[in-house]
Amino acid sequence: MNTSIADHPTSDRADSRSPGSDADLSVSLQLNGQPYQATIEPWVTLLDLLRERADLTGVKKGCDHGQCGACTVLIDGQRINSCLKLAASVDGCSVTTIEGLAQDGRLDPLQQAFMDHDAFQCGYCTPGQICSARALINEGHAKTRDEVRELMSGNLCRCGAYTNITDAIVEVMAQEGGGR
Amino acid sequence: MIRFDYARASDVADAVRRGSGAATRFLAGGTNLVDLMKENVERPEHLVDIGRLPLARIEELDGGGLRLGALVTNNQTAYDPRVAARYPLLASAILAGASPQLRNAATNGGNLNQRTRCYYFYDTATACNKREPGSGCGAIGGVTRIHAILGTSEHCIATHPSDMCVALAALEAQVRISGPNGERVVPFADYHRLPGDEPWRDNTLVAGDLVTAIDLPPGDFGRHYTYLKLRDRLSYAFALVSVAVAMRLGADGAIEIVRIALGGVAHKPWRLPEVEGSLQGERPSRPAFSAAAGRLTADAVGRGGNDFKIELARRAVTRALQQAADGTPQSQSDKRVA
Repeated sequence: MNTSIADHPTSDRADSRSPGSDADLSVSLQLNGQPYQATIEPWVTLLDLLRERADLTGVKKGCDHGQCGACTVLIDGQRINSCLKLAASVDGCSVTTIEGLAQDGRLDPLQQAFMDHDAFQCGYCTPGQICSARALINEGHAKTRDEVRELMSGNLCRCGAYTNITDAIVEVMAQEGGGR
Repeated sequence: MIRFDYARASDVADAVRRGSGAATRFLAGGTNLVDLMKENVERPEHLVDIGRLPLARIEELDGGGLRLGALVTNNQTAYDPRVAARYPLLASAILAGASPQLRNAATNGGNLNQRTRCYYFYDTATACNKREPGSGCGAIGGVTRIHAILGTSEHCIATHPSDMCVALAALEAQVRISGPNGERVVPFADYHRLPGDEPWRDNTLVAGDLVTAIDLPPGDFGRHYTYLKLRDRLSYAFALVSVAVAMRLGADGAIEIVRIALGGVAHKPWRLPEVEGSLQGERPSRPAFSAAAGRLTADAVGRGGNDFKIELARRAVTRALQQAADGTPQSQSDKRVA
């Protein structure tokens, strides 16, 4: 390497830069069906807003770089990595987290299927897996087991529960009229 | 994350005006930019959110082509019935990349403008001429498994990471841009650039330039095509080598036209029109395909860790040409290579 630490450019403008006077932004969401409003700095991600301010800690921070899928939520029905979404950019959107999937005290069929199939070990990736799977079934593109595996590739499970996760999803997909 | 201010562009002209300022970046899907900001690689002071501009439609073009709005997401594009029916090569390439969550956020314009995934570009503890001009290239003499074998310079051996762009190169798409000096249309081959002496410039945009759409010309490549992507995992990994082939066969079975673009091997999708021309009029055959593959990679140079890519690219091109000629495109869910 031909740079020294001293002249390296990237050490930390982060802390030295002061936010402008217009730094605070107002964000309104439909959050799990309820109106939610917060005042945030521009650099707050949706993931941090959900966990740190809205106290929805079912949403998990795994890698924080869009590689693991633990932070998957539904934004206007679409599965999205909430760690890579600035909260300011989703102002006015509808957001559903794992806490919002059960209806009228009844689990989403995927939540029940994950338990029935033992589709987890440590459970850390599970909320993201289930949100992602809910969207996968709603999208309707997956018909086969291979396609489920491919279209769940954005959710890593370091315990390696993939076989049971796929079993759970394929079962619910069949119940809901998808698959073959 | 770094500190910055955030504004939402009211229209394209407003975006161009704001984007022309110093230390400013456009924010669309955010899947690459926000990540790079967390990594301290991108350090804008001003973000201009273009996500709600009216550029999220796919429209018919006179003469049979399609216009893909810059803000249409990668998934919306891949699953659009018109794209799937008329440009299955593009749909296949998009679905070979990233994950469903990322493709739901990532936009077409953003896909073009994503940065390299070179480890040294990401690692601020190392030298990188793309991240910090003049600092050197950590990759040269370093770990080079994912690096370029064609069109490199002594300053940079990074690759462009997109799958979508490899298909767009083969389809000879055109990029529509609004900028400080008005609107212009750039042929896809001229959009990205080789690193040369200015590796920090990934493409030919200038400050304030906003990609508004990608135009697909009519092409009739709905039958003889393939996108063959080879990588270290079965899914959700960048290409070590990928090949997009768009081909048309005449009634006599001879090749009327063929386009071959390579991904994962250079700073931009790699095409050699003279090699494509040499296949014109030929009957599909393994020897003809193998010879073309050899010519496509004749100037390839390895750096040690990526030496294997030269032979891999040669074989991938041969195989992809055969898949296209046979009308048996690579499946993106059943990963067996037939």
